[in-house]
Amino acid sequence: MATHESTYRPTSSIGKWMDARLPVARMMHAQFVDFPTPRNINYLWTTGGLLSFFLGVQIVTGIVLAMHFAPTAADAFNSVEHIRRDVNYGWLMRNLHAVGASMFFLAVYIHIGRGLYYGSYKAPREVLWIIGVVILLLMMATAFMGYSLPWGQMSFWAVTVITNLFSSVDSIIPGLGTRIVQWLWGGYSVSGTTLTRFYSLHYLLPFVIAGAVGLHIWALHVAGQNNPTGLEIKTASDSVPMTPYAVMKDGFALAVFVLLFAWFVFYVPDYLGHPDNYVEANPLSTPPHIVPEWYFLPYYAILRAIPNKLLGVIAMFSSILLLVFIPWLDTSRVRSAKYRPVYKWFFWLFIISVVALGYLGSKPPEGAYVLWARIFTVYYFLHFLVIMPIVGVTENPLPLPRSIAESVLGKSGQPVGVGAPAAPERR
Amino acid sequence: MQREADLASHTAEGPSRRDFIVIAAQAFAGVGAALALWPFIHQMNPDASTQALASTEVDLSPVKEGQAITVVWRGKPVFIRNRTPEEIKKAAEVKISELSDTSARNDDLPEKAPATDLNRTKKGHENWLVLVGICTHLGCIPKGQSLSDSRGDFGGWFCPCHGSHYDTAGRIRKGPAPRNLEVPPYAFMSDTKIKIG
Ligand code: HEM
Ligand code: FES
Repeated sequence: MATHESTYRPTSSIGKWMDARLPVARMMHAQFVDFPTPRNINYLWTTGGLLSFFLGVQIVTGIVLAMHFAPTAADAFNSVEHIRRDVNYGWLMRNLHAVGASMFFLAVYIHIGRGLYYGSYKAPREVLWIIGVVILLLMMATAFMGYSLPWGQMSFWAVTVITNLFSSVDSIIPGLGTRIVQWLWGGYSVSGTTLTRFYSLHYLLPFVIAGAVGLHIWALHVAGQNNPTGLEIKTASDSVPMTPYAVMKDGFALAVFVLLFAWFVFYVPDYLGHPDNYVEANPLSTPPHIVPEWYFLPYYAILRAIPNKLLGVIAMFSSILLLVFIPWLDTSRVRSAKYRPVYKWFFWLFIISVVALGYLGSKPPEGAYVLWARIFTVYYFLHFLVIMPIVGVTENPLPLPRSIAESVLGKSGQPVGVGAPAAPERR
Repeated sequence: MQREADLASHTAEGPSRRDFIVIAAQAFAGVGAALALWPFIHQMNPDASTQALASTEVDLSPVKEGQAITVVWRGKPVFIRNRTPEEIKKAAEVKISELSDTSARNDDLPEKAPATDLNRTKKGHENWLVLVGICTHLGCIPKGQSLSDSRGDFGGWFCPCHGSHYDTAGRIRKGPAPRNLEVPPYAFMSDTKIKIG
């Protein structure tokens, strides 16, 4: 852990007694009260707090839903309707949980984008970054299995299509892919057996995520937070204590984000979902257009962009696994894209590609849509495999400030852009 | 002290008895752990009751020429089509070299059997085509069972999910699906009755 002077002084006698036996309060104080945070972090650094909040929301509302949900093929669909109509505040819990999953992904994508822009994956934060990728994968697995639970048409067919991805292994080792898929299903097709096991895992995985988040924060507090300059904290004047500075900022961002959350929950709870999921699962009829939830669309577009089944599956999985290797693919000496005049443009091109892939993933795979999906898929991979390594070497970075404090206060030690010290307020 | 010095010098020279015991114990524990894991993995495979449901009998007498029905076998839809002479002729005329998957994919025949129309049906009952109605791409149910459905460019079935076209013998002709529709194991009990599975 980054070392700093502890200001923890237990005052009550119980506090002192406990401190001599299990100093949890001392540890929390060191990690979340006095912890030195760079003084220049912007609102993008509030997404970590948002993510912790949404993990909590999913777990609390999920436990409530689990009290009323029936994980069998015969009852699942009706039990979700029962939750929405009959259970006291069931509609609220259900909306919070379903919309909460979307908010969780929105926050995680902003969080990852921030890391990519400011080079937060570079040494000494590689392990921190990789744990983040693991969390992303766990979140995807959890959301995918959660989406199967209401047992609507989209639930059923999304499970069918996605589990069938593994059957592509048949083209490497004949028969193995089919064995894997039947093992996942517990039968010869998606059935109530599949639903029940997904429910068991959907309940488990969020707690695994919570454990991984613990490691993520541990690794963060060893390396310290990155910041828009990409410089490390060198002297005391580069940092401020986490409480109240960072905590207040997190609190304000949370309030704003929760407004958005509340707007969806109370006004348009089904906007992010698909109407076909209010039709009960029918194993004998496929809906004309199968689309995943919005947060999976870019990957779905990559899958469909490639005409070969096995290669499409490989491309889709590697688009996420590639993130693990970024710390070594980025060859730049400078962390933050703020000081990288060339890379900056490629970064935005990458963001545009991901958003475009998301749009294309929601469209039928025909004509021009396929062509564009191919172009953006190629860019997605080029960005990491070619542009990152090459631009890192060829580009001439802008001069860096000497310290975090200098970037905020200027060389004079005065706040940048403020001529005189603030005059006393006059009314 | 003397013994420790001995052990230390042994390690420097080569593997000691202690190294051997440690490696042997680790290997033993590793194999044990792997074996103990198997029941936890195998419990997820199709269970005895699921396997027991493995066969279905179907009465074909109500299915007129040109019509098709869908039955359920092992939770999967099975397409049964009473093909017209033109459909049979169309399927039989296709050369193996025109196919993208040349295996008959008939569970009653070896993997190597070529995908001729005869190998996709039963001798003496060539009008009956029996197929697992699951697209070999990602598992959607192709259209083409009802007369009003689009049957794709080859007159068999069309999968709208990602655009796979199957011909009148259920063979993949166009689109991302890698294989012909599977012919399940089945047998004619009488002229109008089959048993699938
Ligand atoms: C990482 C955290 C979690 C995520 C991302 C997540 C995601 C989801 C999603 C996307 C759905 C489908 C909502 C819909 O469209 O109807 C769902 C349903 C459900 N989840 Fe979760 N979930 C999480 C945690 C939990 C936990 C911890 C529990 C139980 C303790 C739980 C229990 C349920 C239940 C019972 C349902 C079915 C009811 C429904 O569909 O509304 N979830 N989850
Ligand atoms: S599932 Fe039929 S074409 Fe993809």
